[in-house]
Parts: sequence; structure tokens; C-alpha cells
Amino acid sequence: MTTILSIHRLSKSFEGIRAVNNISFDLNEGELLAMIGPNGAGKSTCFNLINGQLVPDSGSIVIFGKKINGLKPRHIWRLGVGRTFQITSTFISMTVLENVQMALLSHHGRTLNVVRKVQNLFMDESIELLERVGMADQQDRACGTLAYGDLKRVELAVALANNPKLLLMDEPTAGMGPKERSRLMELTAEIVQTHRIGVLFTEHDMEVVFKHADRIIVLNQGKLVAQGCPEDVRRDTGVQEIYLGREEAARLEKII
Amino acid sequence: MGFLIVQFLTGLSDASGLFLVACGLSLIFGVSRIVNFAHGSFYMVGAYLAYYLIGYLPLGGLSFWASILISGLIVGLIGILVEVLLLKRLYRSPELFLLMGTFGLILVIQDLSRWLFGSEDLLGPRCPGLDGSIDILGTLLPQYDLALIIIALLILLAIWLLLNRTRWGILVRAATEDREMLAALGVNQSLLFTSVFFLGSFLAGLGGALQLPKGGADLLMDLNVIAGAFVVVVVGGMGSILGAYLAALLIGELSAFGVLVLPQSTLVMMFLIMAVVLIIRPYGLFGKGKSGEYEYDEKTSAPIQPASERLKLAGLGLLLLVLLMPLFAGDFQLVLMIEIAILALSSMSLYFMMGPGGMISFGHAVFFGGGAYAAALLVHHLNTPMELALFFAPLLVGLLALIIGWFCVRLSGVYLAMLTLAFAQICWSIVFQWSAFTGGDDGLLSIWPSDWASNRIVFYYLTMTLCIGGILILRHLVFTPFGYTLRACRDSALRVDSIGINLKRHQWFTFALTGFFAGLAGSIYVFSKGSVFPDEMAIPRSFDFLLMVLLGGIEALSGPVIGSAAFIWLHDLISRIHFWQLILGSIFIFLVVAFPRGIAGFLDNRFGRIFSNHIGPRA
Repeated sequence: MTTILSIHRLSKSFEGIRAVNNISFDLNEGELLAMIGPNGAGKSTCFNLINGQLVPDSGSIVIFGKKINGLKPRHIWRLGVGRTFQITSTFISMTVLENVQMALLSHHGRTLNVVRKVQNLFMDESIELLERVGMADQQDRACGTLAYGDLKRVELAVALANNPKLLLMDEPTAGMGPKERSRLMELTAEIVQTHRIGVLFTEHDMEVVFKHADRIIVLNQGKLVAQGCPEDVRRDTGVQEIYLGREEAARLEKII
Repeated sequence: MGFLIVQFLTGLSDASGLFLVACGLSLIFGVSRIVNFAHGSFYMVGAYLAYYLIGYLPLGGLSFWASILISGLIVGLIGILVEVLLLKRLYRSPELFLLMGTFGLILVIQDLSRWLFGSEDLLGPRCPGLDGSIDILGTLLPQYDLALIIIALLILLAIWLLLNRTRWGILVRAATEDREMLAALGVNQSLLFTSVFFLGSFLAGLGGALQLPKGGADLLMDLNVIAGAFVVVVVGGMGSILGAYLAALLIGELSAFGVLVLPQSTLVMMFLIMAVVLIIRPYGLFGKGKSGEYEYDEKTSAPIQPASERLKLAGLGLLLLVLLMPLFAGDFQLVLMIEIAILALSSMSLYFMMGPGGMISFGHAVFFGGGAYAAALLVHHLNTPMELALFFAPLLVGLLALIIGWFCVRLSGVYLAMLTLAFAQICWSIVFQWSAFTGGDDGLLSIWPSDWASNRIVFYYLTMTLCIGGILILRHLVFTPFGYTLRACRDSALRVDSIGINLKRHQWFTFALTGFFAGLAGSIYVFSKGSVFPDEMAIPRSFDFLLMVLLGGIEALSGPVIGSAAFIWLHDLISRIHFWQLILGSIFIFLVVAFPRGIAGFLDNRFGRIFSNHIGPRA
């Protein structure tokens, strides 16, 4: 197994508060790694450090053997890292197809082309990507008119456009119904398997996490407090305390 | 020493005057996000009202101050009227329509003032009891200057108390921070907006009335003061009253002392300061990020579609008509057509920046006038033939646009727009003051086409070729990967960054393209007129282009062409009438209220079906 993302002793403070405190973990190819933790645990900060929106104070982030500390998001994308957002972010004045075409234009370095018309560029590739996420039949709809779950799929197709080896998904199922959540995660798992992509995702829905993640890391107050396969994390008393409080956790212990 | 103190106090007094205009504007923007261009008009009305009231009120010495207060109140009431009758209807429209509505107001108030108050410049009455001067170490300072300094401080204090010590003030500050949240808490926004607009307008009227003893009243006050007021608001940070005061102070003092070092700096100092501040602090001294940004409105952003067969046919028919025009049209119509084509090209380039680019420019005239001057200077100083001038002028302006754009793309929204205005003003003042090179106010004359093109009909075809060619190229650009990327940048900066696109670089190139084509339009323009004057670079010219684009509608690719044609036709039609601005302004106001999608959008709504490929309901 190859390690594609390696975090080593990563820290970031805001006005003296250590939002991310000395965190280390690895992500392997073909692996679905969930990052969980209560509100304010440092998930978002950690995420934004990896995707380049924040610059770490110390520690290192290595993607495909290259240290990426301080690189801009657009440069990190060029290394083969795809992203989806907690609140979907698509080009609302474009159709579904054009959104994917846009990502491909960037991938192929054509954004400064002033001669060709977009209409005929990278059509097959775009449609193939949309087929992968099950949105090909809606390719001509304006993104502004889509249902939320469908928007998430479009985002996934966009994120896959540069053949990423690493996908960063911030709350991929936020704002979706239970059925849709399951479908999206199954789809993601399938893509991860076929293309040997590594996925790091944050998630609030524990059902989604324990059902789909290969491995889980748990953050609390900026520190990594547990990691392992879903079963191990489920049994971890420290994690139970974080989520349920000390007394509840003790009660649960007795029941088990 | 005394001289320096007096110079300092003069600067402070000027700053106080600036603050009095700007604080109301900042307050209104902070709460309602309205960029009220008519603020200067309110200021002018305040000055006129006070002038006449002082003459009529039988209160002796007291009538001066009473008149000022009453003028402010009347202007405040006018503000309420405007807000309730016009602006309330536009809150749900894109910001650009609010801009256009307030533009219309400027024109309407301008002509109404001419009708009510006459077009003579009025010399302000002196302030009773404060009409002398005081001696500061041998240099004289008018007493009224000191009074203004104190009044401005009192008003600053009053606004501060109002905002920080009353329930109303808390609501206003909350609305400045987060309007949605405030609405969610059940606060009556409608009433809040109206009351803020009243206060802002009251302050504008008060400011106009207070400066009466210093500056009098005239019909040019509105535009003269609005640019300065905006500079103060933007430098201070939009919505920040304290920021506005400090910005006014900075500008007042630097101007007062700058004049001593470099006498030519008067026209440009203010804009120079703004450029520097915005480059260092993109949201102004006290501004918070985001608040000045336009959010792109979903209503205005349907996917673009290539022209249908029918629309292409219609376009072809129109083209044929244009080409055959010399066969049946007279000289006058040809001149009009030449002007329309030139301005349409220039508006189209502005549209490219504003529509797909999502960047609003208040200084487009710098590129148009820049093209005109580049060509004229080439001809005047180097005897360059027309053909070469038409080739090099657009390139030079493209270069200028690269320089200006490099700074501007670091900002967004209103701040970007104001920086374009600053650069336009800086270039204008250079052209205006460097008489030896540019001819200054007298302009450059005798810039005529080459012999082969001097025939009216030949020149007509030359213009049509270049302008229609340019318009079609710009139109084509919208459909290319570059045009799409630009729209992507406008739609979501976050998303483009996460798919590897360098947003600023694409916006920067857009400046260059916009500059090139506006420069081309400008260079043809100078040969069609035979001369060029600094007016072609001035603020009103920039506003003309904005109006043309807004008139056509930002949504349709044909908008700028239709807008320019309509603008020039209207202008020509009604400028022969006495109060033509009143009519033009009313038309603008009517248009934004009646056709929130612009003329082209309206046509598409109403007749779009006829031109679509399929007859019957759209899929």
C-alpha cells in the first residue's frame, strides 16, 4: 500500500488558541478515511490546512511525497487533489455539463484560449465524468436549478476531472436526506475502489461514518485522540466520553 | 509658523466639509448596501434651499442657523420620498439597477433644480457673527472655518452617540454587520432602511447648507461633490463613520500641504490617496471584508446560449441594413450611425468586463478617452498617419489597462469600481494639466483621417468594419474558454481556486482586452470628430458608458449595442428640448422600475420566442 497523504506534527493557532495541535496521520491509496470530532475539534482547520486555504504554523503536510506547506489551493489541485465543499460551490450561470467542462479546461491548460468555442471542447470526457456520478441525463440543466443532492454529485464530477489520487470532501453529505446520503457515499466508495483514490472526509453523521469509512481519526480540542478501524473507534472509551459525556460512557461500558 | 497652523486648520476645515457629505453616504451604504449616486444631488438641494430660506425667514440673526436645519430636514423628507417611491422597488433587483435608478435621480434633480432655483451660480451669504477672521500668529483664518471644524466634530459625536447609545443605533449597527440575521430576528427592515435613508439624506442636506458661506450654490455641485464623498467613504471603509472622518482628515490635510509642495496636485491628490490606501488596505481604513462586494444575483445568470438560427438571420438583416445605409441616409444620419457604432464598441468592451467579468468599472472613460488621446498625440507629435495611429493607440491603451488592472484585480465589488474611478481621475488630471503635451483644456485639434478615408461614406464603412468587427470579436470571446473561465471566476472564486484557475490573472487579461477595444473605439472617435478634449476622459463620460450598458441590460449579449443606440438616439432626440435631463432621468427611473432586466432582457422576455429555434413552449 502506498501512502499518498502524510501529516506530521501539524499545528495551527488562532490568537493563541491551538486549533490544531501536533496532529499526525497517514492516508493510503484506495482508503476512505473519516475525520470526526465534536464542533470546534479542529476538523475544519485541519482540512483547510491540507487544501491550502490556511498555512500551518509548524509541522508538515506531504502529498505524493511532496511537501505542500504554504502552497495555494490552485497549486495543490494541480498535484492531483480534488475537493468538494461543505456548502456546494458550483458555477450557477452554467449548465451541469459546462461546470465539468470548466474543470477539464483548467486541467488541460486551456483557460486562456480565445479562439475555440467551449461548446465542442472535451465533450466525451465531460459526459463520461457525469455518467460516473449518474448526472449525464441532466447535463443541460442550469446548475442554479438543481436539487441539492444533485449539486453534490456535480461537485463530485468536477472534483474528479483532473484524475485526482486524493479527494478531500468536507461534510460530503451535509444538507442531504438519509437515503441520498447513503447513495452518495456508496458512489464515492465505488469510485475510490475502481480508481484507487484516497479520500479524506469530515462528517457529522455517525451512521455514514461507521458504515462507509475504512478508518477513522477522532479529533478533540485540536488533538488527535483516537484512530483505527470503525470497530476499534466505536469501542474506544475516550471517544465515547467525548461524544456522550463521562457518565453516559460509563453507563454504556456497563451495558456492554 | 502661523502660516503652517492656518494651513493645517484650513485642511481640517476642508476635511470637515468632506466628512459632512460623506458620513450620510457611508451610513446609508452600511445598512442598505445602496450606492447612492444621488447623494451629491441632495447636498446641492440642501445648499439651494438654505440660500433661499435665509433670505425669507424673518428671524434676524437666528435665521441663518434655522435655515440650515430646516434645509436638512426638507432634504431628509425628500430622501424618504425617494426611498419609499423608488428604491424600495429596487431592493430585489441586482445592485446595478439601483445604481441606474440613482443615476436617473441625479439627472432629474439636476433639471428640477435648474427650473426651481435658476442656473445662476449663487454666492453664499455670510454667517452672522462669524463673518470675520481671526489672527493666528500673523496669518488670517476665517472664523467660519473654525465653526465648521467644531460642527463636524459635534456631528461625529452625535452620530456616535446615536449608533452606540440608542436602540435604533444598535439595530443599525446590527444591520451593517448582518442583514439576514437581523431580518430573521423579526426587525422591521423596511422601517429601518427608510429611517437610515432619512438620516443620511438629512446629513447630506445639512452638509450642503453648511458649506454655503464658503462655496455658495451652483448646478455643478452634485457631481463635483459626489466623487469626493465616495472617495472618503471608500478610504474610510464603507459603513464606518469614524473611518469616514479619519479619511476626510487624511485627504484634507494631505491636500492642504500637498498644494504647497506641488501646486498641480489639487485635482488628483484625493484620488492618489484613495489608490494608495486601497492598494495597501483593500477594504479601506476601517472597512471589514466582504461588505462592499456585489454578490452575483442568481436571477441574472441563466446559462448563455449561442444565437439561434432566427436570431442570426435577424442579425444578418440588421448588418445588411447598416451596410446599405449610405444609399438612402443623409449625412446627418451617417454621422449619428458612426457615433453609435463607436460608442457601441466601447460599451461592449465595458459590458465584457461587467457581465461575464463581474467587475464594475466607474472609470471606463480612461480607456475610451485614452484611445482618443493616444491616437491624437501620435498624430499631433509624430505626424503618424491614421492607419498606424489606429493600430498603435489601442495597443498603448491595452498596456495602460494592464497597469491599471494589475492594481484593480486585487480588489472586488465597489472597491474595485472606485479604484478604476481613481485611476481614471488621475489620468484625466494629467491630460488636463499637462498642457504642453496634451493641449490641456484646449484639447488637440485637426486630427483628421487620411485622404482616402476622408470621404464621409468611406469613413462610414471603415468605422463599421472596425467597430462591428470588434463587437463580434468581443461577443465571440464570451463563448471561448477564456470567456467561460471569466464567468466561472465571477460565479465562485472558491470553486475556481479549487480547480486550479488563477482568478486574478484572468481578470487582469480582461482589463487588457477591455482597454484594447475601448481604446480602438476612442481612436476611431477622434478621427471622426477631428479633435479631442479632456472631457472624453472625465467622470461624466464614464457614467455615459455605464448608462449605455445598464440601459441595454447586463444579461443579454446584444445589450450594449441596443443600449448605446437607444442612449444616443434618446440623447439626440430630447437634447433639443429645454429640460432634456429631466426626461432622460425619468426614462431611466421608469426603465429600472418597469424593466428590471434591461431593454434587451425585456425584448427577450416579450419576443424571445419568435427568435428561438423551436416554436412552442421552451423545454
